[in-house]
Amino acid sequence: MAERTSLAVRDLAVHFAMEQGTVRALEGVSFDLHAGRTLGIVGESGCGKSVTARSILRILDRPGKIVGGSILLDPGTAEETDLIAIDPDSSRMRGIRGGRIGLIFQEPMTALSVHYTVGNQIIEAVRQPADLSKAAARDRAIELLREVGIPRPELRVDAYPFQLSGGLRQRVGIAMALAGNPDIVIADEPTTALDVTTQAQVLDLLRRLQQEKNIALMLITHDMGVIAEMCDEVAVMYLGRVVEYAPVLELFTAPRHPYTRALLRAVPSILATPRQRLATIGGAVPHPGARPQGCAFHPRCTDFMPGRCDAAAPPPLTAGCTGASCFLEVPA
Amino acid sequence: MNVLEVDDLKKHYPIHAGMLRREVGRVRAVDGVSFSIAAGETLALVGESGCGKTTVSRCILRALSPTSGAIRFDAGDGTVDLARLSKRAMRPLRRHLQMIFQDPYSSLNPRMMVGDIIAEPLKVNGVPAAERSARVLELLDLVQMPAVARTRFPHAFSGGQRQRIGIARALALNPRLVVADEPVSALDVSVQAQIINLLLDLQDRLKLSMLFVAHDLSVVRHVSDRVAVMYVGRIVEIAPTDALYRNPRHPYTETLLAAVPAPDPLRRGRQMKATGEVADPARPPPGCAFHPRCPYAQDRCRTERPELTEVAPGRWTSCHRAREIELAGVA
Repeated sequence: MAERTSLAVRDLAVHFAMEQGTVRALEGVSFDLHAGRTLGIVGESGCGKSVTARSILRILDRPGKIVGGSILLDPGTAEETDLIAIDPDSSRMRGIRGGRIGLIFQEPMTALSVHYTVGNQIIEAVRQPADLSKAAARDRAIELLREVGIPRPELRVDAYPFQLSGGLRQRVGIAMALAGNPDIVIADEPTTALDVTTQAQVLDLLRRLQQEKNIALMLITHDMGVIAEMCDEVAVMYLGRVVEYAPVLELFTAPRHPYTRALLRAVPSILATPRQRLATIGGAVPHPGARPQGCAFHPRCTDFMPGRCDAAAPPPLTAGCTGASCFLEVPA
Repeated sequence: MNVLEVDDLKKHYPIHAGMLRREVGRVRAVDGVSFSIAAGETLALVGESGCGKTTVSRCILRALSPTSGAIRFDAGDGTVDLARLSKRAMRPLRRHLQMIFQDPYSSLNPRMMVGDIIAEPLKVNGVPAAERSARVLELLDLVQMPAVARTRFPHAFSGGQRQRIGIARALALNPRLVVADEPVSALDVSVQAQIINLLLDLQDRLKLSMLFVAHDLSVVRHVSDRVAVMYVGRIVEIAPTDALYRNPRHPYTETLLAAVPAPDPLRRGRQMKATGEVADPARPPPGCAFHPRCPYAQDRCRTERPELTEVAPGRWTSCHRAREIELAGVA
């Protein structure tokens, strides 16, 4: 991995202070994003995938609060910046949000305003960091729309979002994310709302743009198929922690955490035999506010060791190191 | 013995325009769909959004009135055409025709206890109270829920458990046909697997006849006996599940299968077959609706609409070139 590290997340902890008590949404999350590589973040609902993305962008909803750790842009260089130290509402953070770091949402309609044409919105995005004239910004918007594969961009630039299909809207969403020439892109379930043939097209587009622009891509998904298709490395999350980190091939061929193993066996497959039953994980993901003691997965784990897994949490993973946060990995 | 025979079903929505609100066109949401479901069989209806699969299921349940066509349903004491029945005439048949919903959060009344939710169809159909409570316990056991669940409210349960409750309610009256519309697509992977297994168990134990409407081709491969693929209001291919996945006979089926990302990094870099987007059912292309996206299209495909024909025993496809082109499946 000779690629430049673009972003380093270290021991990130996020709490939500609720009436019922504090929900520890993220605890000790660490990982790196590298230029030209794709990190997949996978997990079921409540695992903290989206909270991680929103923390990096500093757009965490109340009452969510970053209570520890660091989010380092350009780590180890003279320009190293801890995003946590920046006021989320400052112009500096806004500049980073639309500039260095682009964001692609699940449902592009939530990212796009219904009141403005797509062109207006992209023009807004390209004018914010760069100081372009209105005409130049419009040309740039058309160029961006062409780049993301929208047919007849010089007409579509004047369309309203509702006049576009879901696939085209997501392409507009990608164009907006690219407007500030980001070197880091966070895509939060970018294809979950799309049909399967559209999904394939959008994934191809994302991969092509990433390679052309050497972008560090963080791809959040619940779909193991998308992970297998797109990612170089994968972080598996469960209830606010990274439980396993591995290169993609290793994750699928030799998963180490019992949760990863169970999750992979539970995924329905396009290659299934007729009436093939799936291995299941007992129970359901607990509410993040009712996090089990010790390893949060222990009540559902087939390798549960009483007195150990329910006593203390297993050691968290070091960023960039392959492994599982599990007592099976730690000699007794 | 077929439980259901759908014959040339159409559901068109008129488009009105102008001062006089004259009909200027039609959205052909369902445009001549035919299939059957045998007793004990699960048929999956698959396709992308807007293909008409949900409209078909809603016509069968008579949540919608079909524009034309027949829906012959074996009600146990003779066959009836659901397409022609009035609301009142439908009522006694509803017990034979039950539904499992997609969203387990909005499909259960939050103010009713689980036992009452499951007993509701029994009560409506005049089952005495004593029998009802015994049946509720039996049903909870069937969907692998503890008996104490009956005195609790839906909010106490997770999405997967709520989906079990919805399934128990659907099965309360031993329906002759269950229509399941995306029953697992709102669930997390680990819970989805549990519900898929439960459906497989129930199919075996109760010999359920089921119409399984879904967009997820992986889920469908696990649970269905046969698959019907829809595109812009029509069925383009019907086949036994394994045959359809291994050896598709319609280019659209090939496209769909190729587009699914397999959970295996060694299979990366599949070939994208189709370009473009799903056609608008208000303005379907002439000829075969798939031709603008089809890599195998010829002149004939642009003008002449192919009919669904049997190309091998049990294998139906609507493609002019079905006998000459070699299509790739997923083994």
